[in-house]
Amino acid sequence: MRRARLHYRHFEGTTAVQTGAAGSTSRMIQERRHMAETAPSSWFDIAIAALKRNEVKLITFVPDRVLTPLIKGLEGDPYFEVIGTTREEEAVGIVSGAWMGGVRGAVLMQTSGFATLPNVIASLLVPYQIPAILIVSERGTLGEFNIGQALVCRTMRPVLDSLATEHHTVTRIDEFDFILDRSIQQAVKTQSPATLILSPLLTGGKVL
Amino acid sequence: MTQTITIGNAPVEIMNRFDLSQRLVRLLKNDEAVVAGIGNTNFDLWAAGRRPQNFYMLGSMGLAFPIALGVAIAQPKRHVIGLEGDGSLLMQLGALATIAAHKAQNLTMIVWDNQSYQITGAQPTATARVTDIVDVARGCGIKQSLWARSPDDFEAQVKKAITGGEKTLIAAKTDKEPPRGQTHRDPVLIRENFMQGLGVRSAKTFAPD
Repeated sequence: MRRARLHYRHFEGTTAVQTGAAGSTSRMIQERRHMAETAPSSWFDIAIAALKRNEVKLITFVPDRVLTPLIKGLEGDPYFEVIGTTREEEAVGIVSGAWMGGVRGAVLMQTSGFATLPNVIASLLVPYQIPAILIVSERGTLGEFNIGQALVCRTMRPVLDSLATEHHTVTRIDEFDFILDRSIQQAVKTQSPATLILSPLLTGGKVL
Repeated sequence: MTQTITIGNAPVEIMNRFDLSQRLVRLLKNDEAVVAGIGNTNFDLWAAGRRPQNFYMLGSMGLAFPIALGVAIAQPKRHVIGLEGDGSLLMQLGALATIAAHKAQNLTMIVWDNQSYQITGAQPTATARVTDIVDVARGCGIKQSLWARSPDDFEAQVKKAITGGEKTLIAAKTDKEPPRGQTHRDPVLIRENFMQGLGVRSAKTFAPD
C-alpha cells in the first residue's frame, strides 16, 4: 500500500503539470489514482494479478518460506482456491485433474520440491499435454547456506531441458508480469506445462 | 469356493477385480468420472467397458486419487471415482490426508487390495501382513472408510457412496487373477476423450459441417 500511494503522488504531480483544463485533470487524476491503487507493487502482487487475469483459479502448494507472502495473498483472495498438499506430485495431480475438468491451476513449490517431479512431468504433464503452471522458488544459489539445497538446485534446469519444456528464470520485477502472463498464455495455447523459476534476485531469497 | 479372510472379527471375501470393475461400471448412471491408476487397475476398467468419462493413467503411479480430487473440484456437480491399487496408494499415502482435509464430498475412492505388486512379479505389499488400508484412511480423517465384504456388499457400498453426499473410501480384497485386457496407450486420445466426456471439449470439433 505504501508503495502504491507513492506512485499516486508521482502520477498526480505529473498530471497536474501536463494538463490544462480543470475537469479533465480531475478525471485523469482519478484514473491514475485507480491505476496506482490497483497496480501491483511487489513480486507476489504481480503474480496474483497475472494468475487472476489468466483465470488460473486453483493453486496447490507445498509450503516454502520465500513463497509465504504469495500463499497468504492467494489465500486471502476469494477468487482462488488454495490447497496445501503433502507432496509436490500430489499437487501436480490435483491441478491436472482440475484442468481436464475445465479449471486452470498452478503449483507452488521450492527447488527441492521440484526435484521430486521428473516422473510426473514425464509421464503425465508432457505426454497428456496438460498445461500445468509450475512456480518454483529458487533455493540453492546466490547465498545458499545448505549444501543439500545447492546440489538439488543444479538438477532442476537439466531436467526441464531434457524434457524440452518451457522454463524461465525471473530475476527482475519489471519483467515478471510479462513473463508470467505470456507463459500462462503459451502453456494453455500449446497445451504444455511451463515452469517459472523465481530467482532470489526477484524474491530476496532465503538467508540465515 | 469363495475364500475369505478375517478383518475386524468379520469375514471378508477375496473378490475378483474384473468382476468388481464390471459391477462398478454397471452402477454408473449419471456420467460419473472414473480415474484409474496405472497397471491392472485401469486394464480391468478398460475391459469392463469403455466410457468417455474414464481416464486411464500410463504413469504417475499413486496419483489416481489426487487427479480425481482435481476433477471433483473443477466439476462439483459430478460424482468422481478414483480407482487405485494397494501398491499405488502406499506410494502416495499423503494424498489421503489432503483429500480428508478438503471440503469436496463428490468423491469416492476405491482400492483394489490384492496385497501385492502384481504387475511387477507379485512381490507382497505391506497390506499382505500388517497394513490395513481402511484403518489408514480413517486415521487420515476419511470417516466413511470401509471394507467391501462381498460383491453384493461392494455394490451396496458404491451405491451409497455415489448418492450419499459424503466422500467415501471402499477397499476390497482381490485375488491375483491377471487383468482381462490392456488399455489403449495414446495419452492425448485418452485425455481428449475424457475431456469430451466431462463436457469440457466438444466432440464435434472434427465433425463435418
